This record gives sequence, structure tokens and C-alpha cells, in this order.
Amino acid sequence: MVKIKRDYIQIAMLLFFVILNSLFTPNFFRIGNFNNIITQMCPTILCGMGMTLVISTGGIDISVGSVMAMAGVLTAKLMPVTGLVPAVMAALAASVLVGCFAGIMVGKLRLQAMVITLGLMLGIRGLAQVLCGGRDIYFNKLGETGKALSLWGTYKIGGQIPVQIVPMAIAVLLVWILVEKTVLGRQIQAVGDNIKSSSLAGINTSLVLMIVYAASSMFAGLAGIFQAAKVSVAAGSSLGQMAELDAIAAVVIGGTPMSGGKASVSGTLIGALIMQMITLTCVMNNIPDQYAQVFKALMIVFAVFIQRKQVK
Amino acid sequence: MAEVLLAMEGLEKTFPGVRALRGVKLTVKKGEIHALMGENGAGKSTLIKVLTGIYQKDGGTIIFDGEKMDAKTPMEANEKGISTIYQELNLVLFQTVYENLFLGRELRNKFGAIDRKGMIAEAEKILKHLGIDIDVTKALNYYSTAIQQMVAIARAISIRAKLVIMDEPTSSLDAQEVQVLFGIIRQLKEKGISVIFISHKLDEIFEICDRLTVLKDGEYVGDYDIEELDQFRLISLMVGKNTVTFERQKQGYGFADANPIVSMNHVRQGMRLNGIDLEIKQGEIVGLAGLLGSGRMELAQVLFGTRKPDAGEIFWWQKPAQIHSPADAIKKGMGFCTEDRKEEGIIPHLSVKENITIALLPRLHSFGFVKTKEQDNIVRTYIERLKIKTPAPEQEICNLSGGNQQKVLLARWLCMNPQLMILDEPTRGIDIGAKAEIETLIQELSQSGISVLMISSEIAELERNCDRIVVIREGKVTGELMDADITQDNIMATIAKGSESEGRGNG
Repeated sequence: MVKIKRDYIQIAMLLFFVILNSLFTPNFFRIGNFNNIITQMCPTILCGMGMTLVISTGGIDISVGSVMAMAGVLTAKLMPVTGLVPAVMAALAASVLVGCFAGIMVGKLRLQAMVITLGLMLGIRGLAQVLCGGRDIYFNKLGETGKALSLWGTYKIGGQIPVQIVPMAIAVLLVWILVEKTVLGRQIQAVGDNIKSSSLAGINTSLVLMIVYAASSMFAGLAGIFQAAKVSVAAGSSLGQMAELDAIAAVVIGGTPMSGGKASVSGTLIGALIMQMITLTCVMNNIPDQYAQVFKALMIVFAVFIQRKQVK
Repeated sequence: MAEVLLAMEGLEKTFPGVRALRGVKLTVKKGEIHALMGENGAGKSTLIKVLTGIYQKDGGTIIFDGEKMDAKTPMEANEKGISTIYQELNLVLFQTVYENLFLGRELRNKFGAIDRKGMIAEAEKILKHLGIDIDVTKALNYYSTAIQQMVAIARAISIRAKLVIMDEPTSSLDAQEVQVLFGIIRQLKEKGISVIFISHKLDEIFEICDRLTVLKDGEYVGDYDIEELDQFRLISLMVGKNTVTFERQKQGYGFADANPIVSMNHVRQGMRLNGIDLEIKQGEIVGLAGLLGSGRMELAQVLFGTRKPDAGEIFWWQKPAQIHSPADAIKKGMGFCTEDRKEEGIIPHLSVKENITIALLPRLHSFGFVKTKEQDNIVRTYIERLKIKTPAPEQEICNLSGGNQQKVLLARWLCMNPQLMILDEPTRGIDIGAKAEIETLIQELSQSGISVLMISSEIAELERNCDRIVVIREGKVTGELMDADITQDNIMATIAKGSESEGRGNG
């Protein structure tokens, strides 16, 4: 009985919000509304997938918001010179480098993930602002390439479904396969569960940790590019701000324990949906955003409370 | 002198699944240095924790200084006059020496403010008295571990402790520092303060202690005046004749012509290994005997690549081994079941299946994807072969009993087709049935040509299983036994011998 409750509690929470909205929120089932959910969830899902991996190793990565900004600005900066695809590649490569640095610090040198990624959060945010020269870069001033990138944020597949569904679906699928089906996935969870035993079983723990942080940064970079495309502007100071907190919240609500050892990809997906539902419920019922934040806080505390029972 | 300070009688303590103390007795007289002896898991630290109020006893009485005592917290025991000096010091390293001495009972001047001058003067006086001349205004972490320990002792004296408990105080001290510490312990004795001294170094016990109590598997074995004992007697009391009545089956030594799989030449590591020479032949079961702290664990760690040797050479099939990490050792064909299953063995929340195959996975995939069919087959094979009792392969390993966890860990290495298995205390904390199964398995390994290095503090287990026994003491090989020479008495005699030949001289 208790076991069932644990596994399905996130789904139950999500259902609760769906039912609540279908009763009280007018226009809840309109297609435009679902499209909104998809576009707004994109950064949380992308960062959340990387964060699921990081947290399942017992670490944390609070630099993802800043990495988003860096990747967005870098793409916008390079694009007029190199063209769209090379610019995106370069931005992703830079993101991966940042992640590798964090991974080496955490894995090889055994430094605190919180402290390292806090440093990166500040440093990379600064770097993003330096890169864009303190001014936001508007894509409509970048000519054809600017228009092309804007499409990454505004295109609707079949004239209906927002393009963001593509990176989200790919990210969720990739990470799910990684966690459930691959050798690396087992090793990630083993390292998070007991790093000493893992090392004695021949796992290269520092390499595993480096890959995990690199993946987290890569997803963050991707999120940054898509988010910049959506608003058609790359702003070093505001792009991806607080994104790390949304991602962590989604992971925690989704049931991946902060102490590591278990990764729940579907949980993070549901966690992100729940967070989005709270925002949506409040917005569509004219409840001020401040209240939405309080509800989210309650959800997080509730999720941690449930985890406490799991440990017992 | 004959007055009793502490009398513990019939002490009982049960943890879920383990009876840690069964009617244990401990009597310490005033001004006596009393050693508490026993191998790992004998109940020494549980006993101390009950005495100092960290654990609550389930039965028995404690009489301290003529009064019945039942400390609920360490603070309470402290107020009664019991001071404990742990391996990990409970001092504040970033504060100064004098602040540490007066922690929690700072001197005040007439305005109620902290009287630093007074504390500094008092601290200097206390330490001078102990023969320690240091600047008390420096932070504690400025000084060596030895000095830090002295400060802890000084603190104990200054709060008028009647009993000071020292848990392995010499483990990180060099010979000279040990002598300074012993000087201070003797001063305590003169002041009429009693000391409970826990150490695995027998030479130290014989040098400093008046009397000792031996525990084994949570039971009281006896207490003895130090004069009644020699090292041999003491060791046999600690490791005991085993109650399990398996007999040694082996006859003859059949490995004289076999190829050596591993040779270590003059391997040194830190303070623990002082020039180890060891050879293991193909299919041979080599037992490594020695007391805790003799370097037996470090030897295994060096071999498996978790510790870097400072000097010496290691050969694998007569070629330089180049082992820098466990991964290297595993690639060569080694497996290592550590002593501490929980911390350095199982991956608690992964399934039995994943725990068995975690080391094998790098060989069990196509393009990074786990070959689940083969994985399931291997897991099924080993669960049957080792008779692992688990409701399902998907069960989390932390829910299994100790014996079954150990079998899973053995399976983890066996499925790799190893050439050498290092087994550190393979049957510790395991019930008799599983123990017999594991011992049978070890013999089967040897018959199939796998070499085994078996480390055990249980002499009887070594006697039953090994083809050759190597005895180490203080990081050196001090003896070797083969064939008919392998008897419990001989093993214990060899362990004891090491010190009498050289230990007395520099003691």
C-alpha cells in the first residue's frame, strides 16, 4: 500500500491539478493552452534532464541558468559571422567545456559541487554579459540568420504544435535510455549510491562525474539557445535567470532523492509538468504570480517530505 | 591501590540483529592503567559507548566511584568524571589551545566577561605540569596530532576526571611521541587517575598497562594482571580457539613448482608497510595472518591499486604490474572483497542483479547498451551456484542478510573469471551455515586454478583453508607456515614471536 503510494504520488499530484483546472479554469482544454505549456516548460525540461543525472550522483549544478545565457549570447554573437549551425555548435561546445570543468573539480578533485557550480553561476553569468557587451542582442537586427534562429522558437509543426516539443522529446528520450538501458546509466547511479564501492568495482568515478556535469551543461546550452530563439533576443543578464531553481524543483518533486543513487526521468518530466500547472492555474484564474511561487514552495517541501518516508 | 573505581557487571546491549554485548564485565581499580582487548567486533567500542552514555544499556549495572551510574548523555558521564579521548579528537581545531582547554567552562572576570589572561596563565600552568611547553595562544591545528592529544588529556585532567578512556591514542603517533604520551599516562596514574587504554599494538599494552580485560564476540573472556600473560597467551585469548568444528582437510603442499601469479618485493607504504616480500602461486590459497594494524589490510589495498606504494616492486606473472587503480587490477584479473562490506562493497540501493554485474558491465554491452539477456543468465547462474537467498534478482541488496550480501560480492568477482581473489575477512559477521558454504567455495576456486589471498583475524579459519600462511607484524613478514606446520598454536606463536625478537629492544 505504502509502496504504491510512493510510486504514483507524483502522478496523483499532477492529476489533481488537471482535475482542478478542468473544473475551475475556463478554456483549460484549449489547444493554445497546451502549446503554452510546451513552450514554457522547455528550459525546465532540458535543464531538468541534466539535473536529474547530476542529482542522482549526489551532486547539484546551479550553474545551468548562467550556461543558458552564455550559450544564447554566444550563438547570437557568432551567428552573423559563421552562420546558424556552426554558431549553435560552438555554443554547445563551450557549454560542454564549462560542464567538463565542473566535472573535473567535483570528480577528480573532490570539491563540493554546490560551491563549484556557485562559482560558475556567477562567473559564467558575468562572461555572458561581457560577451554581449552589456546590451541585449535583438535577432531582428541580425538579418537572415536572426530570422532563422527566431524560427527555432516560434515555428509550429503542422501549424499547430510548437517546435520546442522536438528538443524536449529528444532530451527526455535520450536521458531515459541512458539511465535505463546503458552501462553508463548503471554506473552513474552506482556512483551516486556508494562512490567507494563503485570505485572498488572498477568504475572510473571521476570520468563518470565529468560526463554527467558535461551533459548537464550541454542540455543547459541547448535550453539557452531555444529560449533565446523564443523571445528573439539574447540577453546576457536575464536569459535563464532562476532556471536552475526550476530544474532542481522539477527533479525533487519528481522523486529523485537529493542524496543520489536513483534517477527518475519520468518523475522529472512529471515534476516539471506539476510546476507548470501551478503557474498556469494561477495565471488563468487571475491569481497573482507571487501566490504561484508560494504554491511551488509548498510542493517542493511536500516532495521532500515524501522522500523522507522513502528513506525510512 | 586496591580500591575499585569502576565496576561494570552483566552488561547487555542488543542492536537489531546483533547481540553486541552479552553479560560483559569490566572492573577498573583506582590509579590503574587497564587495557581493553579484543579483535574488531569484540564489543570494545560498544562497551565504551555504553559507559560514556552514547548508547543506553539493555541490562546490567555500572558502579562508578561507589555510586550507581546510568549516564544518558556523554555530558552526564563527563560530569561524573569520565573523560574520553577518541581517535578523532573532539576539540575545536581552529580555536587556540587555551580556548580548547576551557571550552564550555570559560573563566570569567568580575564583570562577567571572558578572562583571557587568566585562562592563558592557567593553561600554561596545566600544560607545564605535564611537561608540555607550547604557545597556548596558537590555534590547535598549528600543532601535531600528538600535541593535540596531550591538550585533550590536559583538558581531562583539568576537569578533574577520575577515569580517562583512550581509544587507540597511538595510532597516528611516531615512536617518540608515543613515549611522551606514555610519560603523561604514568603521571595520570601517580595522580590516582585511572586509564582505560585501547590499542591493537601488543608491545604498548605490555609496556604501559597494569591489568587487562579481554572480550571476544561480545562476551567477557577474563581479566588478567599483565604479569600473568605473555603475548602468545594474550593472542590466543583474543582470537580464541574456534567453536566451529571444521577440521583442516589439507595435506601436503602441492605448489612448490607452480608459477607465481603475484610477487611483491620490498613494498613500503606510509607507516603501515615496511618492506613486504610476498609471493602467491597459481591456485594457491595464501593466508595472511597478523593482528589489526599489522598492515594486512594495507597490503591488500596496495595490491588492488587503492593505495599507492611508496617503494618496492610488484610483479604480475613475473612482469612489472603497473597497477594504479582498482580498474587496472580488475583488468589484470583480480577481485577484492573488502572487510567493510557496507562502505566498500555493496551499492546499497541497486538490485542484486546490478550488484553482481556492476564490475562486469564494461564487458557486457553492445554500443553501450547493457545486454540484458546475457546479464539475466549470468545473474541466474550465480544466484543458483552460490545459493544466494533473495526473493528476486531485482531486490535491493541492502535488504539481504550479511551472508547473502557477501555471496553477491563474491559473485560480482567470480563472474569476471578472476585469476586472483583477495578476500579480507570473508566470513565476518556471517552465520555458520553461510560461512561453511563460503569456505567450500574458496576451496573450489583454488581447485579451478584461481589463487586466493585470504586475510582473516580468525586463526581457525586460516588453519582450515590455507595452503600456506604468511604472518605479518608491523608491516613486515615475520614468518611463514606450510603443510603440517599450519596449526592454530603455531600461527599464534608466530604472530607473537615478531616482537620478542626485536620489539623489546626498542620498547
